[in-house]
Amino acid sequence: MNLLSLRRLNLLIGSVLVGLLVACALIGQFFTPYKPIDVDLFARYAAPSAQHWFGTDEFGRDVFSRIVAGAGVSMTVSICSVLFALLAGTVIGTVSGFFGGWLDRIVMVFIDALMAFPGLLLALGIMVVLGPSKWGVVLALGLAYTPSVTRIARGGALTLRQRDFVVASQTMGNSSMWTLCRHVLPNSMAPLLVFSTSLFGSALLAESALSFLGLGVPPPSPTWGGMLADSRTAIDHAIWLVIFPGASISLALLGINLFGDGVRDLLDPRMKGVSV
Amino acid sequence: MLSYILKRLAMSVPTVLIVAMLVFGMIRAIPGDPAALMLGDVHDPVLLQQMRHAFGLDQSIPEQFLLWVTHLLHGDWGMSVVRHQPVLDLIREAFPVTAQIVLCATFVACVIAIPAGLFAAWAQNRRTDLVIVFTTIVLVSIPSFWGGILLIWLFGVKLQWLPTFGFQSFSQVGWSSIRYFILPVIAIAMSEIAVVTRMMRASSIEVLRLEYIAHARAKGLSERRVLLRHTLPNAFGPALTVIGLVLGHLLAGGAVIETVFTLPGMGRLLVESIYARDYPVVQGCLLVIALIYVLINLTVDLLYPIFDPRLKL
Repeated sequence: MNLLSLRRLNLLIGSVLVGLLVACALIGQFFTPYKPIDVDLFARYAAPSAQHWFGTDEFGRDVFSRIVAGAGVSMTVSICSVLFALLAGTVIGTVSGFFGGWLDRIVMVFIDALMAFPGLLLALGIMVVLGPSKWGVVLALGLAYTPSVTRIARGGALTLRQRDFVVASQTMGNSSMWTLCRHVLPNSMAPLLVFSTSLFGSALLAESALSFLGLGVPPPSPTWGGMLADSRTAIDHAIWLVIFPGASISLALLGINLFGDGVRDLLDPRMKGVSV
Repeated sequence: MLSYILKRLAMSVPTVLIVAMLVFGMIRAIPGDPAALMLGDVHDPVLLQQMRHAFGLDQSIPEQFLLWVTHLLHGDWGMSVVRHQPVLDLIREAFPVTAQIVLCATFVACVIAIPAGLFAAWAQNRRTDLVIVFTTIVLVSIPSFWGGILLIWLFGVKLQWLPTFGFQSFSQVGWSSIRYFILPVIAIAMSEIAVVTRMMRASSIEVLRLEYIAHARAKGLSERRVLLRHTLPNAFGPALTVIGLVLGHLLAGGAVIETVFTLPGMGRLLVESIYARDYPVVQGCLLVIALIYVLINLTVDLLYPIFDPRLKL
């Protein structure tokens, strides 16, 4: 099999998995076979069957329903935090790179210091301040990812501000704001969008990790990470509680990674025509 | 060369300062009076005032920060509110556990990933390469905490070959401690292998396209020598950067894997202290992890010119 068709296959599998994830997240908001928080003490630890496709947990809650509903929670948190980081990072980075000078220097010292915190650690620290809540996680992850977006946006603005069409726009007497929005931003968006697909995967993983630690979206909201954390006490007699939430996270990540790689290959000009 | 080292060292001074300010600010940003939090259920205005004075809370914020930094430098990192032990002692106990696991995992990952990435690049677009690339995508999609639980289930519960929790230090019990290492190390090495292999492959592909490689081949050198002597040293730089990043992330992400395997490391200490609202310990852990991360990045940057002579200044 040659690599071109394999790349297309990757993009296809990625798109299908991401599509499935989005469909679950949307449908799960309105319809699940059981209510994700409905307790049924007569059906505790029921193995997967026709009634409960993925079995039930220690309170008799339907695992399939909880996973479908959990997709919504994960997607909301990941999408919102990536959008937050993308928005904040692009504005700060572009302005700082475009205008340069002391503003740029101060911003970069702060960004470098923030980059000294590994993403998950920064998010943990922010969660300590905010306390566990859904929007707390969004803010924590958003803030944690803002520095890296800022760096990329700044890099783009730095190279763009010396390009002829940008200089021309300023020479023509256009305001800096106009030049920034009309000429710099559109041209620095491609790498940022590519980066945000990989950021989306990181956000989903970090969200699960935070819920796994009990510092993410608090119960009773069903989260994949929280379900995995609960499964550990039942590991010797209810392995389905381990398998299905974990497989959901993995398949979601796999889909996002394949999709992201595919999109990068399509968009990144350096990859075009190389070795295919 | 010396000026490069000095410049890089000077660059990390503001970083360390701001890291300290952020950690300090983070804890101060928590709603509520730290002194009242430490007193817990005791409601005694006189005692509260004494506490506030003892911690310097009646001074201005910049003064408090300076006081805090002075105490830090004198080795006074505060007392754990819950465990009633000095924070520095707790960190000193927990850090070696995390360090041993993380260093082991990084070593295992490098031993597997560097040859794998190099080989994949050499065999680019052939079947072996496709298998390696696909494996890395799958590995990177398995969260370490899920992989860890599955390993516990397989080797601990089903086969009962290995212990599923707890830890014995290598320095104390020697080789028999390996039984406690194996599962956590595999669990965290998996994603690390994937990341390093991908970076190694990408940088090797770039190097293999350069003219001096064609020249080396034209000289009639064996492929083995071309790869080991000419490709590896030049492709290793970017991989080193990634290894540094991964190392830092592992030290920070230790929280997750140490929770899975109930290891008494830094991450576990941090998370348990967050649960218990033991803020002096939280502050200490955040600071230590961030400083180590700064140190690792610094080391990588200082090592970089060795592997990329073009950077020699």
